[in-house]
This record gives sequence, structure tokens and C-alpha cells, in this order.
Amino acid sequence: MDVFLQQVVSGLATGGIYASLALALVMIYQATDVVNFAQGEMAMFSTYLAWSLLNRGAPYWLAFALTVAIAFVGGLAIERLIIRPVENAPVLAIVIVTLGLLVIFNSVAGWLYSYVIQPFPSPFPRAPIRIGRVVFGPHDLGVIGVTLVMLVLLWLFFRFTSLGLALRAAAQNPAGSRLVGIRVGWMLALGWGLAALIGAVAGMMVAPIIFLEPNMMSGILIYAFASATLGGFTSPGGAVLGGFLVGVIENLAGTYVRFIGTDLKLTLALLVIIVVLLVKPSGLFGTSVVKRV
Amino acid sequence: MAALLEAHQLEARYGWTKVLHGVTFAVAEGGITTVLGANGAGKTTALRAVCGMVETSGEICFDGRRIDGRATEDIARLGIAHAPEGRGTFVGMTVEENLWLGAYARRDRTRLADDFERVYHYFPMLRERRRQRAGTLSGGEQQMLAVARALMLRPRLLLLDEPSLGLAPLVVREIFRIVRAINRDEHVSVLLVEQNASLALDLADQAYLLETGRVAIAGPAADLRRDDAIRRSYLGY
Repeated sequence: MDVFLQQVVSGLATGGIYASLALALVMIYQATDVVNFAQGEMAMFSTYLAWSLLNRGAPYWLAFALTVAIAFVGGLAIERLIIRPVENAPVLAIVIVTLGLLVIFNSVAGWLYSYVIQPFPSPFPRAPIRIGRVVFGPHDLGVIGVTLVMLVLLWLFFRFTSLGLALRAAAQNPAGSRLVGIRVGWMLALGWGLAALIGAVAGMMVAPIIFLEPNMMSGILIYAFASATLGGFTSPGGAVLGGFLVGVIENLAGTYVRFIGTDLKLTLALLVIIVVLLVKPSGLFGTSVVKRV
Repeated sequence: MAALLEAHQLEARYGWTKVLHGVTFAVAEGGITTVLGANGAGKTTALRAVCGMVETSGEICFDGRRIDGRATEDIARLGIAHAPEGRGTFVGMTVEENLWLGAYARRDRTRLADDFERVYHYFPMLRERRRQRAGTLSGGEQQMLAVARALMLRPRLLLLDEPSLGLAPLVVREIFRIVRAINRDEHVSVLLVEQNASLALDLADQAYLLETGRVAIAGPAADLRRDDAIRRSYLGY
């Protein structure tokens, strides 16, 4: 029972990271119908920025805040400078552009910071936390906390501010949004900025667990895809729930199903994607979009 | 009366297809102008041209300033509210959120509560349904929501695209009654595109009849209504 609880909590922690990245994917997908394959590498690059700041002696939370701000502006700039010129191109062309971004970020990170694996600090205390007879890793609990705070803030933003409302409107109905005076182009850029921001937080939270290196996010991105597919690419809440589910399933399967272990965990994510696509392609909470041709 | 909106030699095209071939029309300050015509005559395109939603040439002036070539969102910010054909509401959002969005471009957001009261006064059923998603409303209710949302901008000019389309006669009469009230009590000028000529001519003071992208007849609405020849050959009633 103790092991079970520990594994669930640590599954929730990694699940929170998948959830964040899945949410970032869904935000961009909903606004533009594009899956941003560079989402993971953008997060990795942001984490390296935080690492450089920390190496220059910045206190953790200052580095955290600066990184989040830089990531937001960076995401905004990527949309304005790189995505916008191909805005009206076929979806496949834009997807290829995001794949190009993936390769560029990966190579530039390797060039600037080398491919040597680096440790990344956790802001949370080291001493294990004991609740009853169960011992929890403080970083796991911290990650769950940070993720939940971020998700709640985002929910409040989208639900209760007029800017959040305008962002949702621009994603749902761009033509109608222009008619009420919403600057749809900027809303898309803002969506990219927010997605980059969420990714940066996810990167900084996962780096202490899997260490820092240019390829650190490739596996995570696949889990994020699995989460978004499971919850539904059209449902932000579903993607978040999908993230936590995938995290817990992955951890429990790795612990209790012997032949999966740590080697086949990633295969499990792909299995989730395939099963969901076969059984319910729109995901648990997604709505299937019917397009008239 | 001075013209609030003037379109001069307006042309509009979708890609290679020209839809308007030099159309001239005006909406007087505080007036109601209607644009009539059969399907495909270019009525909807005329409204879309005013809002910068299609490629145009020619001149469009609003309140004495050129607005042709400007972005749709900037035109909305000048106080031109468009309730598009097919209603154009945000179906995934609640009635209340739709109304919020209607006021999005306004600079003074101070009297927003008054504006909610005002549109709920015109459309009481929107108050009852304010937490309901717009997509779950009936056709008539969605049309009312589209008009209500346009009013939230506190517009100087209201563009209405076939508000009667697909609605029961009783609902249509109700919507027209409200448009008249809005025009009279709040001095909102109206540009109304309609297929239902008899209703539109009753409401409007100025009328234009479009035929395949050209103005066939223009004049005071009362004259068009009285002229039997026009009525029989163009308006079909």
C-alpha cells in the first residue's frame, strides 16, 4: 500500500509535467489547428536559460521568474516572426515549420551548452516528507503544487478576464472575433507566448528529475502527445486530466508490471495514443469536429 | 441629413470573382438604409466590404473618414457593429460571455452594467438564458443575441445581415420592432440587408435595390414601396 501511494504521488508529479505540456500543445492546436512539435524543445531551451542564470548566481525564484518572462516574450516573437509569415499556408507546411524549429532549438542548445548531461537544482527541500508511514519525495509534492497553482491561474485567466475571453473567442471564431474588434493576430501570438511560458515551467520542474540535456524533452513530448490525445486535443481540461492519468498509469505499470519496468514505459505512451485513436479518436473529453467539404 | 456612411463606386471581389461592380450607397446619420436584392446580388458582400472583410476598391467613408483598406477589428473599434449572416455568435460560449465580447472593443467600460440592463430590457429572454451556451439557443434567440451583442459596442452604425432569415414571422416582427426602437431611442444608424422587402421597406427611410452587383434602383423607401412596377418586377409581392 505504501509503495502504491508513493508511486501514485510520483506519477502525479510527472503527470503534472505532461499535463502542462499537453495544455501548451492544446492551446496552440485550438487557436491554429497546428500541433507545435517544437513545444518540448522550446521548454528545454528555456530550462537552459534558467540554468545559465543560476550559474551566474541568481537566486532560484528570481531565475524562475526571469525565465518564465523571457519564454513568454520568446514564444510571442516566434509566432510573430516565424509562424505569421506562413499563417495562410496549408497546415502541413506550418507543421513542418514547427519541426524545423524543433531541430534548430535542439542543435543550438547542443552548440551553446554541449550535449553533456547537467544537474539542475530543485527549489524544494531535500528531506523526505513523512505522512503516516508513507514517505514522499519533496520535489514530487512541489511539482504537483507548482503545476496546480499554474493551472488554476490559467483557468482564472481564461474564465474571468476579458483578455482570456478574447483569446478563447479568437480560437473559436476568428472572423466573428474581428467583428467585435479583437486583434486576432495578437491573440494567436499571445497564445504562443502563454504556451512557451507553460513549457518553461514544465521544463524547470522536470529537469531535476531527468537532468538537463538538449534531448531531455523528446520523451516528455511524446507523453504530452499521449496525454492530449487521451484527454482530447479539443479540450484543455481534458488534456490536463489526461496528463495526470498518463503519469500515474506510466508509474504504476512500471512498478507492478514486471516486463514493462523502466525500459518499456515510453512504449506505453505510444500504446495509449494508438488505443485512444482506435477506440475514441476525439479523446475522453474532446468533441469530434465535423467539417463540411 | 448628413451621411454617416458613404460608399462610392465600391467594387469587391473574392479572388478572381468580382461581386460588386461600382456600387454607391449611403446611410444618413440616425437613418435606416436597406439594401434589397435576390440571392447572389451582392448584399452580404456590401456589408462585408464595409467591414473590411473582402478585397475592395472604391471609397468608403465613415463619419467623413476613409475606412476602406482598414482592418476589420479597427473598423469595429470606430463604432460599426456587424451582426453577420448566419448570426455569427460564439456558439461555445455562454450568452453572457457573448455580450461581454460585444463590448470588448469599447474604451469606456465603466457603464457596462447599464448596457447589460439595456440589452436585457430589449431581449428579456437573454437574461433568463444568460448562463446557457449560445449554441443551444433557438435560431430566433441566436439572432436576438447577435443583435444584442452588436449593441454592447454602443455602436454608431449597426449592420444587420438578413435578420429575418429562417425565422418565424412573429419572431421577425419582434426583431424589427426592436431595431426600430434602437434606432429611434438611441440614434443608432442602421444598414439593413434583407430579402424580405416589404418588412425592410416599412422600416427603412432609404432603399437600394441590388441586381448582380449593381444598384438597379435607389431612392426613399416610401417611393419604392408605392411604385407598383418596381414592386412587381423586383420585389415580388
